[in-house]
Amino acid sequence: MANLSSGTDISRRAVLSAGAGLTLSLALPAPEGAAQTANGSFAPNVWLSIAPDGIITIMSPAAEMGQGTMTALPVIFAEELDADWSKVRIAAAPIDAKKYGNPYYGGALAFSASMTVSGYYMPLRIAGAQARRVLMEAAGAKWGVPLSELATEPGVVVHSASGRRLGYGEIAGFAKPPEKLPEIQEKDLKPFASFRLIGKDAPRVDIPAKTDGSARYAIDARVPGMVFGAVLQCPWHGGGPDKVDSAKARGMPGVIDVVRLPNGVGVIADAIETAFAAKNALAVEWTDGPAAKYDSERALAEFMDVARDKSQRGVDYFVAGDAEAAMKSAAKVMRSDYRTRHVYHAQMEPLNATASVSADGKSAEIWCGTQGPTAAMAAAAQALGTTPDKIVCHQHYLGGGYGRRSQQEVVVDAVLLSKAAGRPVKLVWQREDDMKGGKFRPATAHYLEAGLDAGGRLVAWHHRVIAESVTGYTSPARLEQIGGKDHILMKGSVLFAYDVPHKRVEFVRQQRGIRLSPWRGVGVGHNLPAIEGFLDEIAKATGKDPLALRLELAAKNPRATHLLKTVAQMSDWGRKREGTALGIAMEEKDETLVAGVAEISLDRVTGKIKAHNFWAAIDCGVCIQPFNTITQTEGGIIYGIGHVLREEITHVAGRVKQSNFGDYQVMRMEDIPNIEVRVVSTDNKPTGVGEDGVPLTGATMGNAFYALTGARLKELPMSPARVLAALSAAPT
Amino acid sequence: MAAFTVNGQRHDVAAPPDTPLLWVLRERLALTGTKFGCGVAQCGACTVHIDGAAARSCVTSLAQVEGRAVTTIEGLSKDGPHPLQKAWIAEQAPQCGYCQSGQIMSAAALLAEIKKPTRAQIVEHMNGNICRCGTYPRIIAAIERAAREG
Repeated sequence: MANLSSGTDISRRAVLSAGAGLTLSLALPAPEGAAQTANGSFAPNVWLSIAPDGIITIMSPAAEMGQGTMTALPVIFAEELDADWSKVRIAAAPIDAKKYGNPYYGGALAFSASMTVSGYYMPLRIAGAQARRVLMEAAGAKWGVPLSELATEPGVVVHSASGRRLGYGEIAGFAKPPEKLPEIQEKDLKPFASFRLIGKDAPRVDIPAKTDGSARYAIDARVPGMVFGAVLQCPWHGGGPDKVDSAKARGMPGVIDVVRLPNGVGVIADAIETAFAAKNALAVEWTDGPAAKYDSERALAEFMDVARDKSQRGVDYFVAGDAEAAMKSAAKVMRSDYRTRHVYHAQMEPLNATASVSADGKSAEIWCGTQGPTAAMAAAAQALGTTPDKIVCHQHYLGGGYGRRSQQEVVVDAVLLSKAAGRPVKLVWQREDDMKGGKFRPATAHYLEAGLDAGGRLVAWHHRVIAESVTGYTSPARLEQIGGKDHILMKGSVLFAYDVPHKRVEFVRQQRGIRLSPWRGVGVGHNLPAIEGFLDEIAKATGKDPLALRLELAAKNPRATHLLKTVAQMSDWGRKREGTALGIAMEEKDETLVAGVAEISLDRVTGKIKAHNFWAAIDCGVCIQPFNTITQTEGGIIYGIGHVLREEITHVAGRVKQSNFGDYQVMRMEDIPNIEVRVVSTDNKPTGVGEDGVPLTGATMGNAFYALTGARLKELPMSPARVLAALSAAPT
Repeated sequence: MAAFTVNGQRHDVAAPPDTPLLWVLRERLALTGTKFGCGVAQCGACTVHIDGAAARSCVTSLAQVEGRAVTTIEGLSKDGPHPLQKAWIAEQAPQCGYCQSGQIMSAAALLAEIKKPTRAQIVEHMNGNICRCGTYPRIIAAIERAAREG
């Protein structure tokens, strides 16, 4: 396995020298649904090189933030190439969107929303098959035999009629890239059943370097002549420095400059600890902004008022049948409401970026770890009033992404500080900066209505989600373009897995002007607890077992049915427990299906919930890396339990109250339950696995609490105080 | 100015005595395997060994290591990978990897003290090291493997 860690950063070491051997530039047809460029063409390219010794180097284009795609994408390519995996080396692809962009994001280098494997899957398979065809044609020409008589074994072209064999490395020694690459259709690809690498757990290429300190993250960047930056950000979005008292900061030995930035005040110093100390010594009065008065609890109460007032209409995110009419004619109508609070990404590597701006201020190099290299370069270019082609981006491993590293504010500030300093600047946020300047998951209020027919069957569904729009913050133009239907916020709200004839899902947008961004699991994380919680209320009202109700609703969906039955069997669903209880939930996120069961207990004196066991069954279609899928799901469950039990960001007068891991407590080793994840690989197209554990937690644990106590806790987090309040309010 | 050893090599560092060891290691000595996570000894990403004992380098001042022996992830093992590093790879423990230097340094201090720790001892010892990706089950498995296989 290649060790990618020994060089300076990912992108630099990835630039392969065009030495001996065969290098193919494979122009691919535009995958279906991919965006077109201005001239109407779309041609992502994948490069591989085969050395005469048979070593095959495959470019891996995606940001590696722990999700494992640096390995998963080459596995897909190598499968169709019929490569001998022991001879495969993986190199991070250069930052070049035209060649390596993510088809899902219209060819941009963007790695979010668990869309990397699904985005690249078909183009990489076609590219791999194309490379294999080129090798076969070259061998056929040498032997003077037709292509139809040739086959491959791992790393070898075989002519079985004559018993002749040529290794890929040997072919690379004489083959010339063809003028026109062979065309590969989907029908030319391997059938699911004959996969040798997909589904077989290639060890992750990034792991060895992550055990000896040699893996390079952006915070590890070292650039000659570099100095250090820190930024005191305006506490709220939309404001900036008004009066700045920097006398104390400037008086500190080693401080080079104090720089006004659009949204903060930057300090440049000769040592990082000096930059931090000087930043913390600044006294700044900030200009106002709508978010300067934001109070998160008050806002959530207001959102809930809107939720219950159906005259305040929003955008119809999804409509099937006629929910309003079906509700009117229903034998019984049930209503409920739920709410969730802001949560913080808490990626372990605080945001940081290094920039070196040219003397004329019109070009720059940036060193960063970003989920969006294309967006980072665009942001840097905009900050300098130049074009993205003038920005060189050095990508690194990401010390956690979870959506947060799709945002580029540190790149912009690093560029501005370097321009002001006239030398390279490494800007690092302290944890307090990262938390107080966080871009959180929105607080949400949910109102739900269900219409049941005389037989107790769910026939009508109405779900109103009241929140600020994530896309409205990150990309207002995009929100307008999609008619206000914020997919990040509304994902997971449609009940795709269930058969409900009449449904209406509404988004009623609120605007408070606070900082937001996608958070691991996106909308599913806050929508699923409301939906699946309400389903358990319906189950109780209709005298049904929660599993039975879901099996009934999923009767026409064999994948969902299979997962529900699997997780029921894993958890021994029917067995009565002493002092603990189970909760079940079904999740669908971008065609990945997951079913989960949580087992919890409760200390009724302290109100503290403990998770004991968690079972999950996941169907992500063709599973490229099953073990990685298990650990991703495990990690998501652990990430999720934290936000169910105690993680909470509160704003008072525009300011974030929490500041570090002491008052924002994420899950630690002592908090984790036993977790068992089963992967159900099906021959559907592969879909994401990086986030699916998270949303299960709120839904299953809320339902387990209901089963345990009979009290419905309709909010996140389920903190001890709220648990005790729910217990005292519940009918005994 | 303070004199101390890092991974067996002597260093004389001219920096104010209250400079955090973390930044001395990372920015002055270019040993970037030790990571910055919180700056207040809450997350364990910056864990190193000082005279063999685990310590949080973000709250350890340069003055405190005068004359002492500091070991970082880069110097954990002199002759090939440490059993924990082998076990970490065998269990495919890291995800984003950022916290893992600190996790391994904490685990190494545990195994140096207790050769075959129980699950409860592992959890108690490792509880100060946060992994946001949620690799805790794999870290436990890796420590148990290293204890087993040495």
